[in-house]
Parts: sequence; C-alpha cells; structure tokens
Amino acid sequence: MAEAAVDSRTDPGSRDDPIIQMIGVHKWYGQFHVLKQIDFSVDRGERIVICGPSGSGKSTLIRCINRLEEHQRGRIIVDGIELTNDIRNIELVRREVGMVFQHFNLFPHLTVLENCTLGPIWVRGQPRNEAEATAMQYLERVRIPEQASKYPGQLSGGQQQRVAIARALCMNPKVMLFDEPTSALDPEMIKEVLDVMIELAETGMTMVCVTHEMGFARTVADRVLFMDRGQIVEQNVPEEFFANPQSERTKVFLSQVLAH
Amino acid sequence: MSDRAYVAERILPDEEPPAASIGFVGWLRANLFDGFWNSMLTVAAALILIRFVPPLVDWLFLDAVWGDAPPDACREAAGACWAVIWEKHRLILFGRYPYQEHWRPVLGMAILITLVGFSCNRANWRAWLVGAWALGLAAFFALMWGGFFGLTFVPNVLWGGLPLTLLLAIIGIVVAFPVSMLLALGRRSHMPVIRAICVCYIELIRGVPLISLLFMASFMLPLFMPTGVNIDAMLRAQIAIIMFSSAYLAEVIRGGLQAIPRGQFEAAEAIGLGYWKMQRLVILPQAIRLVIPPIVNTFIGLFKDTSLVAIVSLTDLLLATRQAVSDPLWRAYFVEGYIFIAIIYFCFCYFMSKYSQYLERQFYTGQTRN
Ligand SMILES: Nc1ncnc2c1ncn2[C@@H]1O[C@H](COP(=O)(O)OP(=O)(O)OP(=O)(O)O)[C@@H](O)[C@H]1O
Ligand SMILES: [Mg+2]
Repeated sequence: MAEAAVDSRTDPGSRDDPIIQMIGVHKWYGQFHVLKQIDFSVDRGERIVICGPSGSGKSTLIRCINRLEEHQRGRIIVDGIELTNDIRNIELVRREVGMVFQHFNLFPHLTVLENCTLGPIWVRGQPRNEAEATAMQYLERVRIPEQASKYPGQLSGGQQQRVAIARALCMNPKVMLFDEPTSALDPEMIKEVLDVMIELAETGMTMVCVTHEMGFARTVADRVLFMDRGQIVEQNVPEEFFANPQSERTKVFLSQVLAH
Repeated sequence: MSDRAYVAERILPDEEPPAASIGFVGWLRANLFDGFWNSMLTVAAALILIRFVPPLVDWLFLDAVWGDAPPDACREAAGACWAVIWEKHRLILFGRYPYQEHWRPVLGMAILITLVGFSCNRANWRAWLVGAWALGLAAFFALMWGGFFGLTFVPNVLWGGLPLTLLLAIIGIVVAFPVSMLLALGRRSHMPVIRAICVCYIELIRGVPLISLLFMASFMLPLFMPTGVNIDAMLRAQIAIIMFSSAYLAEVIRGGLQAIPRGQFEAAEAIGLGYWKMQRLVILPQAIRLVIPPIVNTFIGLFKDTSLVAIVSLTDLLLATRQAVSDPLWRAYFVEGYIFIAIIYFCFCYFMSKYSQYLERQFYTGQTRN
C-alpha cells in the first residue's frame, strides 16, 4: 500500500542527508505556545540527548517526530517522508521510528514475545515464526530471553523497559526515540536499562533520547540539546556542553542536575 | 545485665491446636456462631428453613403427581402436577411446529448448542469460527424450513418454543456484540458525523422500552417498505432485539474503552498499527476483559427479553407454555408449566454466568504478579 509515498523517499544509501529534519516547527496547545521555532536535524547514526527543565517541551518535541503530536507550523521530514495529515505517510514514518516511553506502555494482555511480534506480524506482514525468531534475538540482546512467555505484569520495571526496547527494535527501525526511559525506575534498575541503550548506541543506531542521565549523555551522545520554555536554547558536543555552557539558563539547569 | 535482656532456655515443642478451633466444630464457631448477632441470625435462618423447606419438598416431590397421569389424579393429589409437563412438553418445547417433524427442531437446537459450545473454547477463536457459524446457521434454517429431500416445508409462523427462543437469543448475541463494538468506537470517534450518528442511535434506542421497539418494528416498519416487500415477523422481532441490545452493550463496552490508558494507544500507534488493527489487537481485547461481568449481564437480559416477542404473536417458549396450559383440562396446573420453563431459562442463564466467571479466571490468572 501507499506506493506513491515510498517513491517520494530519498535514496537511503546517501550518508549525509539527515534522517530527521525539523524546519521552523511551532506547536500550540490551545493558547499555550509549547514549541517555538524548532530548527533541528539528526544525521543517520547520530545520537542526540535532549535535556531541559520539566515542562520545557522535550516530550512534545520527540513526540512530533512520529506524529503522536501534531505540529501547526513548519515542516518535519523523517527519512524523506514529510509528516502531513496524510495518514499513510504517518504510518510509514512510524514503521521506521521506534519509540520507548517513560512508563513502558507494554500491552498487558499479551506475553512478552507477543508484544514483540505484534508489529512485525501485523504492520510488516512477516510470517509468525520468522517474527518470533527475530524477537528472540532481540530479547537476548536485552538479556531477558527467559521471560519470553511471561506477561508484562509479572516483570520488574527494568525488565519491562528492556522488553519495550526489544519491542521497538523488532520493527527494525531506522531511528529510536526514548522519552525519559529510566525516570520511572528504581535506582538499581536504571543501570540495566542504560547498559542496553549504550550497547544499542554501539551498533550505530540513530537515537534521540530525552533523559536527565548526564553520565549517559557524556558517554554516548554526539550532541546534547538543551530546551527551555519551548525553545532549543543551546546545543553542542557533550564535552563543550558540560564544560562550557554558553547561556545563563543552561548554566542554572546544569548546576541543578549535576548537584545531585 | 539489664532485665530487658532474655534468652530462651529450651525449644518449645509443637502442640495440637485447641479442638474448638479446628474441624466441624471450629468451622461452626467461626462461621455461624461468631458473636451474638451472628448466632441470632443463624438461629433465625434455621427457623425459617424449618418452616418453609419441608412443605416445599412435599409439594414439589413427595405429594406430586409424576409421569403419565390423567388430570383427575392431579385433582386428588396435594402436591404439584408434573403430569401436565408429561402431557404438554412437546407443545411447550416446540409450539405449533408439526408434531411428526419435531426431530428437526431437536437436531437444529443441537447444532446451535454445539456451535455455542465450540465458541466457548478460546483455542477456537480463529477466523474459521465465522465460517462455522455461517454453515451451522444455514443448516439450522434448512432443517427448520425444509422443502427439499422430502422434508415438508414448515413456514416460520409455525416455529415456536425453545428453538425459537434459542434462535432469537443466539443470533441476537452474535450480531449485537460486534455491532455494539462499532457503536462504542463510533461514539469515541474524532469524526463528528460518525460520533453524532452513534450517540443518537444509542440514546434513542436505549431510551425506549423493548416492547415499543417490537411494536414499532411490527407495525411501523411495513409502512416504510415499498408495497410488496414484506419483512417476515420473526426477522422484524430479531432486528428489534439486536438494535435494543447493541445500544446497551455499546455503552458497556465504551465503559471498558474509557479505562484503557492513553499510553496503550500511543504505544500501538508508535509501532505503526493503523486504527482498525490497533482497536482489534490492542484496545478492544483489553477493554472487553475489563467489562466481562456487565457484558454477560446484558446477554442474560437479552436471553430473557426474547420472551417479549410474544406480544407480536411469535410463539416463543413463554407463549407456547401459555398456550399449552390454556387447555381446559389442565388449566389449573399452569404454575407447574411456568416452573418448568423457569428451570429452562435458569439453566441457560446460569451457564452464561458460570462461563463468564471461567473466562475471567482464564484472563487474569498468570497475567499479574500477585
Ligand atoms: N495535551 C496537552 N494539553 C495542554 N498542555 C500540554 C499537553 N501536553 C503537555 N502540555 C504542556 O506542554 C508543556 C510541555 O510539555 P512536555 O511534556 O513536552 O514537557 P517535558 O519537557 O517533557 O517535561 P517533563 O520533563 O516533565 O516530562 C508543559 O507545560 C505541559 O503542561
Ligand atoms: Mg516529558
């Protein structure tokens, strides 16, 4: 389906075209101007960390990338497909973009394995046994193959989040979005999820992560973005970002998060 | 050494629990005589049972007239007259369906019940089940109507009794359930036209009694039809039952949908599922599990409401019974007739209730930690 939309994609082989482009994006919730003049692009294989105070619009920004939120002005182009009201384009983009949520959002009525095969079978049209084999590979990568036949409700938070990562990877996405994947977890479980994310970064996956884990940002990110009040206030490579923050707001923010 | 410090001097042996806390006596104490008010209630309940149960047993069983007996035998007996059931059971169960052909509705009911039985097993919830239903229902209608292979043709105005009740109830449930899911989804749709249609339908239909729907279907529907087109009375009643139940069910299912967190929709959308696949695979299965008890409530209501079709002259189980006990010879024993069909209604409704409990257990065991 939607052959025309596929044709409009650019050649996936070219390396220097960005996989995500946001050009002059604005968004309002009613009267509230939540995203202001977002100009932002992500190259293939790049790893971005977005941080900023609560309510600054970080979640809104990454949810615009797979159209869980609609933007009202500007353009968003993902893997050569522009996000418009056309539902076919939206579904094409969502196939290529995996997302991991703060509260995992696993499907509680399906087993871990079924959670992982749902997308491949029903969206990609893979045969069941093939989808299950792939799913087991990813469950091994996130180190919980032995939980495959359990239900999400029987797992710990850290295990659930790793299943959520495997579920997104099973769709074989070109980009992974993470929205505060560790902030609903107990401290001892944060590390197991971060380790999985670091390994994923090492495979060359394009990643956009909203997180307050500054250690993760330092080791993994190619670029750190700082958002405040709906605006991208500052972006830089992590070494510079942490050592020499330019704006006053960044300095205040960093002094607060690093104080912990 | 402080006098708060303490060391046990020997290991205490295990002892038997006090006799009054275990066994039958223990159970009595804990459950029936646990305090003054509980003891009073137990005594009161016992007195009531002693007062009413023996006479009831006498009437129902000991003094009753069983089997093939004439009405005179009943007149002399003090107990129930079950002979009326013996005499009239074919009329009660099959209405005016030709007497020699009763094997056909028996076989038809067996087909319907087999279909239901098959559908109860979760392992059979596959696409072929729809085909099985289509085939089974076709077989049912072919048997009942006849008109081929030497089977005499029986017009459906002669259908009656239990097969008619089962047919109206089962088709009612099977059709109303999916329709109600669409209505519930429609009522939550982002498209104003669809939402308005579903809201109007649900509110209008839910706001009138089923009896008035049946009347309207019987007397008003033909007015709107082009002359010559005549919708069969049974079909009209069936449509009224489906419309009525689906409006109720839609609200029950919407209740379940409301309880599904936003995150489930977002996760389903994020992996690229479209609207229908998301509803079918992620949202509805969860929503329906949450509302199994009220769904079965509605099904049980539907089953019993089929008895209202009597007012548009369909001879369902209730009307067939009323006609059967109107025989002057047996007229005095109508209570026994109604007890008989009450037992039949109860069996089916109790089965639905038990099945819903079984389903709930199936769905919830093992899916959470507890
Ligand atoms: N559906 C909505 N309707 C109205 N306002 C909203 C809605 N969702 C978010 N907002 C507002 O938009 C702003 C940005 O929200 P967003 O969730 O993007 O912040 P965030 O940076 O992710 O914050 P946090 O770190 O707390 O997750 C907040 O002020 C929030 O109250
Ligand atoms: Mg957020």
